[in-house]
Amino acid sequence: MSGIPHDHYEPKTGFTKAVNGRLPIIGLIYDTLMIPTPKNLNWMWIWGIVLAFCLGLQIVTGIVLVMHYTPHVDLAFASVEHIMRDVNGGHMLRYLHANGASLFFFAVYLHIFRGLYYGSYKAPREITWIIGMIIYLLMMATGFMGYVLPWGQMSFWGATVITGLFGAIPFIGEPLQTWLLGGPAVDNATLNRFFSLHYLLPFVIAGLVIVHIWAFHHTGNNNPTGVDVRKTSKEEAKKDTLPFWPYFVIKDLFALGVVLIVFFAIVGFMPNYLGHPDNYIEANPLATPAHIVPEWYFLPFYAILRAFTADVWVVQAASFLTGGIVDAKFFGVLAMFGAIIAMALVPWLDTSSVRSGRYRPMFKWWFALLCVDFIVLMWAGAMPAEPPYSTISLIGAAYWFGYFFVILPLLGVIEKPTPRPATIEEDFASHYPGAAE
Amino acid sequence: MIKKLTLSALAALSLSTGAALAAGESAHKLHDVDFSFEGPFGTFDQMQLQRGLQIYTEVCSACHGMKFVPIRTLADEGGPQLPEDQVRAYAAQFPVNDEASNMHLFDYDEGAARPLTENDHFPANNSQNAPDLSLMAKARAGFHGPAGTGINQFFKGIGGPEYIVGILTGYTGEEKVEAGTTYYENTAFSTGWIAMAPPLYGDDVEYADGHSTDLHHEAEDLAAFLMWAAEPKMMARKKAGFVAVTILVLLTSLLYLSNKKLWAPHKGKETTL
Repeated sequence: MSGIPHDHYEPKTGFTKAVNGRLPIIGLIYDTLMIPTPKNLNWMWIWGIVLAFCLGLQIVTGIVLVMHYTPHVDLAFASVEHIMRDVNGGHMLRYLHANGASLFFFAVYLHIFRGLYYGSYKAPREITWIIGMIIYLLMMATGFMGYVLPWGQMSFWGATVITGLFGAIPFIGEPLQTWLLGGPAVDNATLNRFFSLHYLLPFVIAGLVIVHIWAFHHTGNNNPTGVDVRKTSKEEAKKDTLPFWPYFVIKDLFALGVVLIVFFAIVGFMPNYLGHPDNYIEANPLATPAHIVPEWYFLPFYAILRAFTADVWVVQAASFLTGGIVDAKFFGVLAMFGAIIAMALVPWLDTSSVRSGRYRPMFKWWFALLCVDFIVLMWAGAMPAEPPYSTISLIGAAYWFGYFFVILPLLGVIEKPTPRPATIEEDFASHYPGAAE
Repeated sequence: MIKKLTLSALAALSLSTGAALAAGESAHKLHDVDFSFEGPFGTFDQMQLQRGLQIYTEVCSACHGMKFVPIRTLADEGGPQLPEDQVRAYAAQFPVNDEASNMHLFDYDEGAARPLTENDHFPANNSQNAPDLSLMAKARAGFHGPAGTGINQFFKGIGGPEYIVGILTGYTGEEKVEAGTTYYENTAFSTGWIAMAPPLYGDDVEYADGHSTDLHHEAEDLAAFLMWAAEPKMMARKKAGFVAVTILVLLTSLLYLSNKKLWAPHKGKETTL
C-alpha cells in the first residue's frame, strides 16, 4: 500500500492464514503499524497523535454527556448544571469535554503551522493537506455548535452573530439564515439542529481522519528536511526510516504524556480559565452582552472578519465596483472564509521547489512573522472593535493575505535556498554523530 | 533553531492569548483577596462557608434566588457540611419570597407555596429583578490584564469572588435617581452606578463562631459561599486533577526512559538501562 518499499505481512499460522486469506485485516493493521517512517522526525511531528487522542476523548466524554443533557431552550442550561452538580463525575466529564476542545484546537494549530513550515502540503501531499483543511473546517463547525449547547449568554449571542454571517450574503442571505436557524432567530429549533449536528460531525471527522492517514501513508511522511525517503530498494529505504511501531508509537506516547500533564493540570486546577464568564449566565434574548467574544480558537479569524469596516478603502472599492452588493459586512465574511481558503490553496501558492523551510533563508523570517501575526490577530479578536484594535486587526489581516498571495509566490522565484542533505540518513547522522555505522 | 523558537512561542502565546477570552468587563481595578480555596491545593473553609450561608439566608435571599443549588448539597463533603437534620430544618424554614417564579412548589390546596424540603433547590427569586446567585462567582471575571490578555488570571485566579467582594464594598454613598429608579455609585460596577442598594454595612448578622462582622469580612464570607454554590465539586475536581497529574508524571517518566532506550542503538548512544 505504501510507496516506500518494505516487508509486508506474511501469515504464519493456519488461523492467521485463514483469516487474512478471507479478509486481509491482519495485514492491514500490520502494514499500518509497521509503516516505514523517516527517522529524523522531530518533536513537531507528535501533534497527530495528540489530535487522534482529542477526537477519541471528545467522542467518549461527549457520548456520556449526551446521556444527561437536555436540548431544550428552557432546560439546557439547567441540565448542564445538573451534570455539574448531580451526575457522578459529571463535572470532570464536562470540564474534560470543554477543555478538550481547546486542546484539540491548540494541537491542530501547531499541526497546521508545522505543515506550513516544513512544506508538508507540497506535492505529492496536496490531497492530505486538503483533507486536513476540510477536517479543520468541520472541527470549527463542531466546536462552534458545541459551544451553543450549554445555552449560556455567549452560546446564544455567539450563535446569533455567526449565523448572522450567512445573512450578509447578498440576495439569498436572509432566507438562508432563516433556513439554517429554523426560524427568524436563534431558538429551540436552532438548539436542536446544532445538537444533532454536533453529535454527527465528529463521526464525519473520524472518517476523514482515516482518509487523511491513508493519504500520507501512501506518499510517506514528510520530514524536517523535506528530502524524500529513498525508494529504489528496501535496503536504502531502511537506512532512511524506522518502523512506526515501536519507535514512533513510544515517542508519540511520551509526547502525549507531557501534553496531558499540562491538560489535566488545567482541567483539575483552572478549568474555567479558557472559557468566558458570561457563559455561566443563562441565555437571555433580551440582554446583549457588552462584548460578544467567540472561543479563543476562533479569534484570529474573528479579528479578520471585523477588520474590514466600511471606512477601509478596499471595502469602499469593492462596494463601488459591485454597485453596493458587496458591503462591509459581506466583505468581512468573504475575508474570514478567504483567510481559511488561502491556507487550503497553499500547495499552489507556494512556488518554491524546496519543501522544508529549514533550507529557505528568507521564508524563515516571513513564516516567523506569520506566527506572530496569528497571535496578534488572536489578541485583537478578543478586544473591542474600536481603534487601535481595529487598525491592528486590519494590518494583521493584510499580512495574512499578503503572506499567502504575494510573499509565498514571490519567494519561490527570488529566494536562493541553502544546500540540503542528500538523504535523510545523512541528516540523522549529522544530529547523532555516533549513529554512523 | 528559529523554527523551534517560533513554534514554541506560538504554543505558549496562543494559550495565554486565549485567556483574553475570559476577560469580561469591569471599570475599576479589584483587589486580590487571598481566599482559602485558591491555587491547586486550596480548599474551602467550612466555617467561612457556613458564615456566608448565613449572610445569604438573612440578607441576600430577600431579593436573590439560587435556583440551581439543591439544598441537600449543604450537607455534602467539601461544602458547608451541615449535619443532615440541620439541613432538613433549614429547608423547612426557608421562605419562598417569589411564588410566581416557583410554581413547582405551589400547593393548590393551601393556596400558597409548600414548605421546602432538603431535596428542593433554593427557590428562584425574581421579585426585584435581581440576578440569580447560583453561578455568580463564575459568571464574573475580576482580572483581565495585562492588555486584555488575561495572563494575570494565572496568578490571581479569574476573580469572580473578588468581583463580589468589590461590589459589596465598593459603594461610595452617592445616589442618583434616573427615570424613577435609584442608582448607587459603586466603584466595582462596570457603569459605576448600580441599581442594588448597599446590602451590607457591617454588623448585619451575628456569627455563632464569634468571627468579625465588619463589612469586609462579611463580604469575603459571602463571596466564598457563592464560590462554593457555583462550584460545589471544586475540591473533588482538584483531587482528581492531582491524582491524574501524578499518574501521568509517572507514566510519562517511564515512557521517556523506554523511548530513550529504544532509540539509543539507532542514535549510536550507550544506554545503561
